[in-house]
Amino acid sequence: MKRSIMICLVFFSLTAFLSCDLDETQTVTTFNNLVAEDNFDVDGAPDPNIWSFEIGDGTAQGIPGWGNNELQFYTDRTENVKVENGFLLITAKQELFNGAGYTSARLITKGKLETQYGRVEARMRLPFGQGMWPAFWMLGDDNNGTEIWPNIGEIDIMENRGQEPTKIIGSVHGPGYSGGNAVSKEYNLENDRFDTNFHVFGIEWGPNYINYYVDDVLYNQITPKDVPGEWVFDRPFYIIINLAVGGSFVGSPNNQTVFPQTMLVDYVRIYN
Amino acid sequence: MKNTKTNKLNIALWLSLVLVLNLGCERELSDDATVATFAQTGEIFTDNFVAMGSNFYFPFADSKLDAFSVDTREGFESNASYRVDVPNDTDPTGNYAGAILRVDGAGRDLSGFNVLTFYAKASRGVSVDAIGFGQDFFENKHQVTANNVSVGTNWQKYYIPIPDPSLLVNERGVFWYAAGTQATGGSGYVLWFDEIKFEKLGTIGQPRPGIANGDDITIDSFIGVTAAVTGLIHTVSLPTGIDGTVAPAISYFQFSSSNPSVATVDNTGIISVLAAGTAKITATLGGVQANGSVTINSLGDFVLAPTPSRDPSNVISIFSDHYNNRPVDFFNGFWQPFQTTESADFVVNGDNILNYTNFNFVGNRFGNPPVNATNFSNLHLNMYIPGQVPANLDFLISIVNFGPDGVEGGGDDTRQQVFFNASDFVANTWATLEIPITLPQRSNIGLIIYENVNASTLRNFYLDNIYFYIE
Repeated sequence: MKRSIMICLVFFSLTAFLSCDLDETQTVTTFNNLVAEDNFDVDGAPDPNIWSFEIGDGTAQGIPGWGNNELQFYTDRTENVKVENGFLLITAKQELFNGAGYTSARLITKGKLETQYGRVEARMRLPFGQGMWPAFWMLGDDNNGTEIWPNIGEIDIMENRGQEPTKIIGSVHGPGYSGGNAVSKEYNLENDRFDTNFHVFGIEWGPNYINYYVDDVLYNQITPKDVPGEWVFDRPFYIIINLAVGGSFVGSPNNQTVFPQTMLVDYVRIYN
Repeated sequence: MKNTKTNKLNIALWLSLVLVLNLGCERELSDDATVATFAQTGEIFTDNFVAMGSNFYFPFADSKLDAFSVDTREGFESNASYRVDVPNDTDPTGNYAGAILRVDGAGRDLSGFNVLTFYAKASRGVSVDAIGFGQDFFENKHQVTANNVSVGTNWQKYYIPIPDPSLLVNERGVFWYAAGTQATGGSGYVLWFDEIKFEKLGTIGQPRPGIANGDDITIDSFIGVTAAVTGLIHTVSLPTGIDGTVAPAISYFQFSSSNPSVATVDNTGIISVLAAGTAKITATLGGVQANGSVTINSLGDFVLAPTPSRDPSNVISIFSDHYNNRPVDFFNGFWQPFQTTESADFVVNGDNILNYTNFNFVGNRFGNPPVNATNFSNLHLNMYIPGQVPANLDFLISIVNFGPDGVEGGGDDTRQQVFFNASDFVANTWATLEIPITLPQRSNIGLIIYENVNASTLRNFYLDNIYFYIE
């Protein structure tokens, strides 16, 4: 008798658990109309109709170290950036180049592929090791240089510290909440790593909200009431993909850091 | 619950064996037959031993045998743990703690796991000499060791990666450790382990096996030389993002030679040089290319040093294949921190050669007991400088007599210094160095020191037939 009660209890708790689980199934994405994509299917340089390069160490842009004391010199050389076998490869190398100790690449879609609102996602495998700083992010259009950061807004869909292989960070920067005061949330993978398998990093962005997801997990929503300043995300934004080395966010590489390190991007897609 | 499961598996195993035997009498195995597998239990000690059987604790014979106990007060989020009381170095019953845990009975199939994990803490911060698995006191075929594991005073999780899990289908040596007091000035301490188990973790990544410690090294060598691949390492990125490196057994590696007509390498990592030329020895581990390589630069035939012809009764030999050598403490006692000299000793056609590389100074000590050379007039050495003899060679040999106290140091040591220069050597040829001993006191000679003085470029040389003799 007791045993059957036990079994019933087990049965009921199982049912309760399952139904609870079902209730928590997330609707991660709602924008499903694909409007732009790059699947990196053509070997060679990245598609110039979508991507431009930012070259140098930031000095020419007026922000040496790209504003974060980063250590790399960005180039458009094939050893730093190329499309191969269906992937965009961005490779950070340790080499003396134009006064920097490392080279890498930074691609932007400014003036070529911009979007206001929608779903923006990329499937990527990240590099690893102390000092690696891969990022998939967006900046607001600067109106032909008439507006400046942080007023133009910044949406960081994915940033990672190479020494934290299970963790990424999603953030927004704007006036009054930029740099170290950005509005951020970390996401931790369970029993997996960002440098050993591909993962999808994305946002769904509409008027008054930005939802952050990794794979099939919605892990954050940022709305105007979450930011201690003006909401500046109602304008066109362009995409940036880069692999920085060192800098204040991540710290310098150490003697355990393996070079070269390559970040792989399977695709970038925009839906509305 | 888990024990029950294991018992069932064992029964299934026996049944399958019986079945196989019965089938064997009748006909060939059908394609549907599956290979009998072993228990896939990962847990070793989780507040108590799990499926280890009854006779599983085997301490090292020279360790403190009873250093282990189950602590019933301390534990990681529990009140039970595997406790090791590391003894003081003066403990007459054993001056370190060390043991293997070996499954009593059939082994385990660990191929579904990728890491041994455990929680540990110590009564003081210590560097534990060795922790690992795969040592079974049989072949130790799959031994993996983490050396100098830093253990603090609070519980922390530790990871020892399995270099190639597919090899561990029947493993009995599931845990081992050795802990002494060299790092604590001889003072004993307590180590606690808990939650010792094999796990499959997706958070372990970036496997980087290596040979020659991950370096690309080149060795000048000769026909007939056999040498072992050393410096076996395996590094992974741990869930913390920090690299962890272990020393795997040779069986985890597969070796290959770029030029087997010059040098071959067998599956135990022994390189055999067959002809003049160059061959690069590389390795893989579980399909992953290992970092590092050993390039054999074979110079062809090696001419051995002249065969000694003196009557053995007139000889006290330190190093020779032609005489019975007396006990030697070391041929290269690494004198930290200033010594750079490493050893790459080799065997050519059965003759042992001392090879010093990256040379600045090095010593041969034979002080237990020292040599009484009172009636011996000379020291004999053969020395070979491969490549080029540096023009500014200034090579010092010191013969050290330990004095009346018979031990090194103590203020009563005396030494005889003999210098050699470039005119005493021809490159790639054995030189015979005959040193008349002029030390007035020579009853306790215990050390020969070789030094590169005045910054010559000598880095690499061979020695053979080091012996004292009566003229």
